[in-house]
Amino acid sequence: MMRIDCPHCGPRAQAEFGYERTLDSIVTIDMPADEAVARLYARTNPRGLDDELWRHGFGCRQWIVLRRNRVTHEIVGVTAFDPAIHL
Amino acid sequence: MSGPGRIGGGEGATLRFTFDGVPLRARPGDTLAAALLASGIGLVARSFKYHRPRGIMAAGVEEPNALVTVGEGGRTEPNTRATDLFVYDGLVARSQNRWPSLRLDLGAINGLAAPFLAAGFYYKTFFGPPARWMLYERLIRRAAGLGKAPIEADPDRYEHRAAFCDVLVVGGGPAGLAAAAAAEGRVMLVEQDRILGGNIFASPPFVPSAVEGPAARGAPGVSTSRDTNGDGVAGLPSNVRVLTRTTATGVWDHGFVTLAQRLVEPGEAPLPGQPVQRLWHVRARRIILATGAIERPLTFAGNDRPGVMLSQAVRSYIGRFGVLPGRRVVIATNNDDAYHTAEAIAAAGGAVVAILDSRDTTPETRFPVFARAVAVATRGRRYHLAAVEAEIDGVRRRFDADLLAMSGGFTPVVHLHSQAGGKLDWRADIQAFVPGVSPQAITSVGAVAGEVPPIAAASAHLPDPKHSFVDFQNDVTAADIDLAWAEGYRSVEHLKRYTTLGMATDQGKTSNMAALSRLAGAAGIDIPQAGLTTFRAPFTPVTLGTLAGADGGGHAAPRRRLALHDRHQALAPIWQPLGYWHRPRAYPLAGETLHDAAIREARAVRTTAGIVDVSTLAKFAVSGPDAAAFLELVCATGVAKLGVGRGRYTFMLREDGMVADDGTVWRLDEARWLLTSSTGGADRMEAHLSYVHRVLAPQLRVSVVAQQEHLAGIALAGPLAADILAGLTGEIPPSHMGLAEATIAGVKILILAASYSGERAFEVYAPGFEAGPVWDALDRATRARGGFPYGLEALEYLRIEKGHIVIGAEADGRTTPHDLRLERMLRKAGGYVGAQALGRPALSAPDRMQLVGLEAAEAIPEGAMLIAATGAPVEGHVSSAAGRVLGEGGIALGLLSGGRARIGARLIASSPVRGRHVAVTVTDPLFYDPEGARYRD
Repeated sequence: MMRIDCPHCGPRAQAEFGYERTLDSIVTIDMPADEAVARLYARTNPRGLDDELWRHGFGCRQWIVLRRNRVTHEIVGVTAFDPAIHL
Repeated sequence: MSGPGRIGGGEGATLRFTFDGVPLRARPGDTLAAALLASGIGLVARSFKYHRPRGIMAAGVEEPNALVTVGEGGRTEPNTRATDLFVYDGLVARSQNRWPSLRLDLGAINGLAAPFLAAGFYYKTFFGPPARWMLYERLIRRAAGLGKAPIEADPDRYEHRAAFCDVLVVGGGPAGLAAAAAAEGRVMLVEQDRILGGNIFASPPFVPSAVEGPAARGAPGVSTSRDTNGDGVAGLPSNVRVLTRTTATGVWDHGFVTLAQRLVEPGEAPLPGQPVQRLWHVRARRIILATGAIERPLTFAGNDRPGVMLSQAVRSYIGRFGVLPGRRVVIATNNDDAYHTAEAIAAAGGAVVAILDSRDTTPETRFPVFARAVAVATRGRRYHLAAVEAEIDGVRRRFDADLLAMSGGFTPVVHLHSQAGGKLDWRADIQAFVPGVSPQAITSVGAVAGEVPPIAAASAHLPDPKHSFVDFQNDVTAADIDLAWAEGYRSVEHLKRYTTLGMATDQGKTSNMAALSRLAGAAGIDIPQAGLTTFRAPFTPVTLGTLAGADGGGHAAPRRRLALHDRHQALAPIWQPLGYWHRPRAYPLAGETLHDAAIREARAVRTTAGIVDVSTLAKFAVSGPDAAAFLELVCATGVAKLGVGRGRYTFMLREDGMVADDGTVWRLDEARWLLTSSTGGADRMEAHLSYVHRVLAPQLRVSVVAQQEHLAGIALAGPLAADILAGLTGEIPPSHMGLAEATIAGVKILILAASYSGERAFEVYAPGFEAGPVWDALDRATRARGGFPYGLEALEYLRIEKGHIVIGAEADGRTTPHDLRLERMLRKAGGYVGAQALGRPALSAPDRMQLVGLEAAEAIPEGAMLIAATGAPVEGHVSSAAGRVLGEGGIALGLLSGGRARIGARLIASSPVRGRHVAVTVTDPLFYDPEGARYRD
């Protein structure tokens, strides 16, 4: 079980969090259809670091972004989700 | 004393236990294996596949052969290693996988069938006629096997515990003790044995022990509490917490380690007020692995015979338990370590007949030693070793012996390092893998780090591979590995699955390296090229009770009680779990079956009135200046144009265009809305609304409050519903899809005029803590008019008749609005979640699975497949089925390929599982009041 350092609550067990998706698979409402479909079905799934959207559902219930190595599970950084930066 | 047994007699054997009903005695501190050896019992088990007689091979958790069942009744624990079980007074142990007895085991006839049970035999049976395979399957399952799980409930308690530490040391041998003593901060030391010291009992000088190891050797005493401050224990400082009888079963991400701790032995009654086992969740900043090494058996014919043991195990029995497992001993080795065993045997009064050393040169020794010498076969008498056949410089020679101590080298216990994602490095001098780089803060020390004696590599020369066992527990021989190779299995992962090598409860602790060596030999490659199978948790088997902890029985899942639970309970309903909720399924009167009750309740709704608890529906209060804009993102239907005081049916899509959930949306005020959705999707919807709000549209000024538990809801439905409600509130009820506030029994309520049953209906909401009097008033008034409360079963009959979909049945995650005949409600302008994907042509293709109705003269089996004729391809399935509430015959909803264009088609609803095949006619999914005249005012 991973340990996630919530920017609002501090380090907590992974069980308190829910994985939502990678940032590059967020489909915004105004996105053109072909881009939306590409984001749904043509994901990159990199072997290494990726940015992921998580929610601290059994904690502050806020959305956070993890920069995480998908092979080693090393978490490089955790920040609060900010649409100005992350979208 | 002539036979094997206790050195210097049997004094101090005060604990009584039985093995296969025979009363025996053990010394405190004995493992069952030690006590059996001390009693001269060599035959302990029968092997998994061939039922070969087996004895005790090891002294630790790696033991592959000596599995026993211990305890009685609900405390029975099968497949317990006799080497990992400390005798307590009253222990009851039984051998396994034999009938009628260990000595006369009829299953041993499998041994005669061995040629047919070789590697992959199971798969090969698939090629015969099916009937023959069924027969094999039955016979194989009965004959091969382990102990039987008890059928009684486990009477004992288990618990989970969490802990944090700076340093976690796994293994209480010399390396682990030294590491723990030197570590700073909060230190935890865990040891799977019940005493610390590890292998020191098998180390020189060899003083046969009269009592258990540490005291005899002058080591500091060890607390028996199994969880103690280290101060004074084995010279450890006070910052070390020591857990004994505790196994680190797995290392996971970010220093997370699971420990399984036994507070009593398998089958033993717990201490007063204590659990029997504990699962620890430990988060460690740093992990030091001092997990040691496991000695490897040598591969030769008959190496599985009782009396053939691992060399260090022999030393452990002498040094720790004061038991000499044999008097005339042959030692077979490829390394120097086994020479210590010769010294230990001599010190205990045994005779070393020969040391067979496979190497060209041997160390100096006072015992008869042979270079370039290997054991090639064993001979037995009465299920026990009688002689060893050796090949010395290619010449055969026979040694009479009752014990063969073998050493094939040492395999570092890299399991935890590897589980944690660590790399492994090959060391040719010890012919084993050692821990390499780890992505986590994990260090290995001592034997696991490769501090083990060098060995000579095994020779491929093996006179009788068919009787040379590699995996003792799963009965895999060298010949099986050769066969798998010959049949084309090249990858070690395939070899494992084909031969079942390493797949027994011991996870191949003693077998994997020997197998790799054999495979590499056959392939003509080096062992590192052959690769290694994945190490997986748990390191040793963990009981299900330990994993469950306190979450068993009534605590297996949380139970969510309705606010009106006591009201329902007073009516003695049949309860139905729905997620974590428990809801009344029906309220049977005296003598009624479930169906009788449900049909009476449903008919009351169709003819007079009924009330049903709908509190579990998801409810969200959505408010703020941008509430309408927010709801239009979430809902695929028109919302914003809804007038104040009105509501509407709505549904929500996933981003891929599939229907995610449905419900109703109500405008309570200009900027105050209520959204309802399905019970089962409540938590998912909560997260989805948060996602839409916080991620997709954070600019919207809106507040979303989940009110599922806050608001209790009661639906009043039936032709008399409006009358009844007017009588209670003194006001004219709202029109269909209208809403109103009112008072019943002094409680302020919200009335939503929505119909799920197809009759005129009202959902009445009040805070849960005030809902009781509202239910009472509605119940009295409804019964006074000839109605009843109704449950989920009647609700199901009513909605199927109306063709209302249910999330999970009709909307099964693969259906679009078009498939469910909802496309006309979609907002043309788009702008909602899922709109983009919905434009893909495949999502409205005519041959998709589409919602249809099904009619038949008899009941239609739910879940049945829809086919045109027997043997024809499956074209759809029955998603929900019921009978007509007032009429006769079966009706159902289903999903049928191209169903919307096939009204009137005749199909078969076929359920081979239930043995029912019903002729059905495809209809529109609406069986009652198609004009909707009954629910309008």
